[in-house]
Amino acid sequence: MSQTPLIQILFLSVGLFFIGMYGLLTRRNVITILMSIELILNSVNINFVAFNKYLYPHQLEGLFFTIFIITIAAAEAAVAIAIIINLYRSHHSVDVEDANELKW
Amino acid sequence: MDASLIIFYCIAAFILGAAFLAVTSAKIFRSAIWLLFSLIGIAALYYWMDVQFIAAVQTIVYVGGIVVLIIFSIFLTHNANDNMPKPPVMRQVFAGLASLFGIALVLHLVYHHSFTKPTGAALNGDVANIGTLLISTEKGGYALPFELASILLLAAMIGCILIAMRKGSANVNSVE
Repeated sequence: MSQTPLIQILFLSVGLFFIGMYGLLTRRNVITILMSIELILNSVNINFVAFNKYLYPHQLEGLFFTIFIITIAAAEAAVAIAIIINLYRSHHSVDVEDANELKW
Repeated sequence: MDASLIIFYCIAAFILGAAFLAVTSAKIFRSAIWLLFSLIGIAALYYWMDVQFIAAVQTIVYVGGIVVLIIFSIFLTHNANDNMPKPPVMRQVFAGLASLFGIALVLHLVYHHSFTKPTGAALNGDVANIGTLLISTEKGGYALPFELASILLLAAMIGCILIAMRKGSANVNSVE
């Protein structure tokens, strides 16, 4: 496994995942939380492409999973931003601490 | 250490640095721009891995679509010059510790796992091959997920319009 850089790419995606996780845990602004989620999704995409490229080069499943994840991430970001704009209209804030009506 | 590995380390440092600044920057607009740079770096990584189609999709959808949406929503909801309040120190410390613990655990697992060498001839992952498989209805084709994704995108589009529509503006046209 020394000549293929799979392990380095996995290290990179682990780092990206946990940087996104750090943002998810520290930020309290909905838009920055959404940005952290995008980072996490991207680290998963890198993993799919790397495994496909360096471990299973005789099939293309990883590439197709990446394409569909990107599609669904686009739909998710659009819906999330519609919800954020609606939240801002009703609460005049996009802080998750201010939207606590469902909290018991 | 050959040149391609050095290029990889440059790209990796760029991605991780931009991502770290994106989650720690105090101004939300700068945070979005750092996210943009991180996503461009990931597209460069896909080019480096020789999967041009995914790199193009990454550039078009993420850099051209999602980041622009995020910047629009920032301008609709924030004064771009305001600093966001800093998270409490305790939360920063515990989130950092949790992330470092997770990194250490996963790196340990990855490092000590022995991956099996690939078997079989490499399949050509160029655009023509991907396009043929994407609309193929035979075994191994992706026509059904492709159609489902189109329905999902249509539903998301209609849902966004419905959610973001102002209350009362729906019957503007039906007043007369």
